[in-house]
Amino acid sequence: MQPLPPPIANWFAARGWQIHPHQQAMLEQARDPSLLLIAPTGGGKTLAGFLPTLAELATPRTGLHTLYISPLKALAADIRRNLTRPVEEMGLPIRIEDRTGDTSYTQRRRQRADPPQILLTTPESLALLLSYEDAPRIFAGLSRVIVDEIHALAESKRGDQLMLCLSRLQTLAPGLRRVGLSATVEDPEAIARFLAPHPHPCAIVQANPGPEPNIAMLDTGTPPPWAGGGGRYAIPAILDQVRTHRTTLIFHNTRAQAELFFHDLWLQNHDDLPIAIHHGSLAREQRERVEAAMVAGQLRAIVCTGSLDLGIDWGDVDLVVQVGAPKNVKRLVQRIGRANHRYNAPSKALLVPANRFEVVECLAALQAARANDLDGEPRGPGPRDVLTQHILILACAGPLDADALYAEVTTAGPYAALTRAEFDDCLEFAATGGYALRAYDRWQRLMLRDGCWQLRDPRAAQVIRMNIGTILDPETVKVRLRGKGSALLGEVEEGFASTLTPGDTFLIAGQVVRYEALREMTVEVTRNPGRDPRVAVFNGTKFATSTLLTHRILDIFGQPDWPDLPDHTARWLALQRRISRLPERDRLLVETFPHEGRHHLCAYGFAGRNAQQTLGLLLTKRMEDMGFAPLGFVATDYATLIWGLEEVTDSATLFDPADLREGLEGWLAGNAVMKRTFRDSAVISGLIERNIAGRRKTGRQATFSSDILYDTLRKYDPDHLLLQITREEALRGLVDFSRVEEMLARIGSRIDHVTLPRVSPLAAPMLLEPGRVPVEGAARERLMAEAAAALMQAAGLDELEAEGA
Amino acid sequence: MNGHRFALSGAVLTALGTGALWWGARRMLVVSDLHLGKSERLARRGGTLLPPYEVRDTLTRLQADIAALDPALVVCLGDTFDDAMAAAALPAEVLDWLSYLRQGRDWIWIAGNHDPVPALAGGIHLPELHEGPVVLRHIAQAGTVGEISGHWHPKARLSLRGQRISRPCFLYDADRVILPAYGTYTGGLWSDGPELSGLMRRDACAVLTGPVAHVIPMPRR
Repeated sequence: MQPLPPPIANWFAARGWQIHPHQQAMLEQARDPSLLLIAPTGGGKTLAGFLPTLAELATPRTGLHTLYISPLKALAADIRRNLTRPVEEMGLPIRIEDRTGDTSYTQRRRQRADPPQILLTTPESLALLLSYEDAPRIFAGLSRVIVDEIHALAESKRGDQLMLCLSRLQTLAPGLRRVGLSATVEDPEAIARFLAPHPHPCAIVQANPGPEPNIAMLDTGTPPPWAGGGGRYAIPAILDQVRTHRTTLIFHNTRAQAELFFHDLWLQNHDDLPIAIHHGSLAREQRERVEAAMVAGQLRAIVCTGSLDLGIDWGDVDLVVQVGAPKNVKRLVQRIGRANHRYNAPSKALLVPANRFEVVECLAALQAARANDLDGEPRGPGPRDVLTQHILILACAGPLDADALYAEVTTAGPYAALTRAEFDDCLEFAATGGYALRAYDRWQRLMLRDGCWQLRDPRAAQVIRMNIGTILDPETVKVRLRGKGSALLGEVEEGFASTLTPGDTFLIAGQVVRYEALREMTVEVTRNPGRDPRVAVFNGTKFATSTLLTHRILDIFGQPDWPDLPDHTARWLALQRRISRLPERDRLLVETFPHEGRHHLCAYGFAGRNAQQTLGLLLTKRMEDMGFAPLGFVATDYATLIWGLEEVTDSATLFDPADLREGLEGWLAGNAVMKRTFRDSAVISGLIERNIAGRRKTGRQATFSSDILYDTLRKYDPDHLLLQITREEALRGLVDFSRVEEMLARIGSRIDHVTLPRVSPLAAPMLLEPGRVPVEGAARERLMAEAAAALMQAAGLDELEAEGA
Repeated sequence: MNGHRFALSGAVLTALGTGALWWGARRMLVVSDLHLGKSERLARRGGTLLPPYEVRDTLTRLQADIAALDPALVVCLGDTFDDAMAAAALPAEVLDWLSYLRQGRDWIWIAGNHDPVPALAGGIHLPELHEGPVVLRHIAQAGTVGEISGHWHPKARLSLRGQRISRPCFLYDADRVILPAYGTYTGGLWSDGPELSGLMRRDACAVLTGPVAHVIPMPRR
């Protein structure tokens, strides 16, 4: 057994504390080049990561010893506070500092000149540090890097970028040891491969997972509504639960739903229980107030979103309520871990289905969570837009040797399979733009000099540094109460703001406000205590239900009866089985029926919301070509409902896999979702600059839309690297074509077309779904003409026109 | 012809969906703000390397307008080139292409703020052009009547049942017309900003470019 240095051992002893077995294991395996710790929330994970550092630093030394990386700025600052105190109490000679976008310029300069022994930072701040010429000096003695919440980072491009940065750190500090700290995941080996320098192994330490959580569906008495989200019907039952617990976290899937729920909750909160709201669109000061109140134990409940998924202890939470189907079992399990943030106490969680279908989905999630059957969508190889950014960042620090850099980046787990040709394409793109038309030989961004690539114009480094990062928030505008020195309420998406006209009401920060004007990129509002807000559709991240969950739902449908389901839901499914059929895992159910004078077609693809949306775009295009005159569609996680003027009698031809794939390459390629996908990759790869807040489009006509670049490339350079990347990205994310492929593979040619005289029980809720998409096409110019004529008439300009011409 | 007809100081003009202005009586085609060589200039200044196809795309569209209308005179209303070096860097085939377009017609280059001095041989170079009742210049001058100009790259949006469509546009009133930018790599300035709202009369109209040239009251502050 590895003995702890006396100051640390005494500190533990003075408190009567014993170190956990997994903390001991981390100490014993401290010399491992790569080490991954899997521990549930509240398991002393962070301390386990830092103990070996503290032990090593008990012997004084100067220079940077340990780099800690967290996905959240706030977490870096918290860890600094929480680590500084014990270190001072132990009397260890260790300086601990954090470095994020919020750190002052002087502080950051000083940190480069004289780094602390422990530096706490984020992936983006690390990338920025690596872009400086003095990076080799700063990191020369680095011994350990700790990646916290690595399970969350591994799901996004932030993690890919971080692993590329670690490959550079390893070159600068060959003795560097890597430690990953992860919550419970379905495939620890995958995270280990992600973390370790390829092809080296990575040991895994598994902490005791603790007692089984106590999860159930909330019994509300009344059945949930047929459609919609938000779970407002369950407010009385949820308030009862809040009353009988110390602190309750009430999770919602979207910010808009959290706002609506919170608004209604207050109308019914007759005991004036202290309840607050927390989500990523709220102003930072407002969020910090809520966090402080919670830590101080002043709140009984917090209505929140994924913004509270990560982070340190939020006080004494003893109940987690998940409103709306969790969409993903792994996220549910991690959320449940937020309750009883103390090791060895069972977590308690309640699921609240928001509508009738979600009752089935909640049951499926419950069964999966109890069986510890976690979902994970395997991620593809490391994306090349991130690699391109990485190349540019390193070029800012100094000349690059292509061979050495290729060898270095392929040690990063996500890029282990990167071919030399793929790497060369990225380098070529960074250097010349990589166009079929050689245009920039004189003005390359990177020039080959003395066998090494370097910036032609060193001033370019500033632009590259401004663009570091892979997080692309939708463009937002601030919302402020009207009046001098008035309060900032938060932010809404610019697209949402532009649909508002004066007098419209919406919800933000739990208040109903009235839109007054848009001034200098700020939405001015006044308080409006009316009870009829327009839904705030800002930043509504809509997660698609995971493949694992949809398969489990289909399995539940296949049961002969449903003793586990509430009676109202079981009877609904039985009625569907009698009138039509229930969807099955290896078949596609398509229903057609007339409704309100339109022909409807409902396809139960169970491919998740984004893929069902893509399917809607592709199918309506096919139907338009085939003369079925579709008018619009709506998509949910499990089906797409299309309405139009003509009846579809043979749906098999609509689902021809070759035709659908061709649609993705052809027609869909011109669609807005693909343009959005392109824009994100264009920003990450450095083709266009991200809009820096305050500097962006204040009426400058010099900037133009990335859509123009996309159209131009498609026309003149269809094989360009960025279009290749866009097609790869379309397999996931907004377009999610891989889920369409998964569905096609699952159903083969087994399509059950059921013709019905009226809407089926399963399709009926679809008619109530919001988010209907009108079919674009020839009809659009006609609509524009009507709208234009109406405006001219309203302004009295039509008569003037007649005189003039 | 996809366009919207209106009168300016007695001249009957057509704002085309392509972004060009057609004066039928004089067989005159006016285009503004081509910004040829923009990607080259950005690259030269150490910025980003945009797809180098905007010259080709802009001239392909101009060629289509010329082929459809066979103008006797083409007026480029300034900012034809993104700067003098961009003009000088145009490859030989682009210069040949421009000469080919000029064949059989007169061609006038009006000076713009990006290209104040003549950048190319061939054609006539003028600071502004007085033609009958109208004057053509790059930047609008307040107080002028019968003026055709460019420079501002106006754009406007139209709301359609929850959808918002934004397009480059012409702005016109009794005194002047301001053309949209014709170049492929050009952004726009909202008509409801202070510059354009200050220039145009309250009853000004906007003609949106696109497959159909829709006319709407000019959105303004």
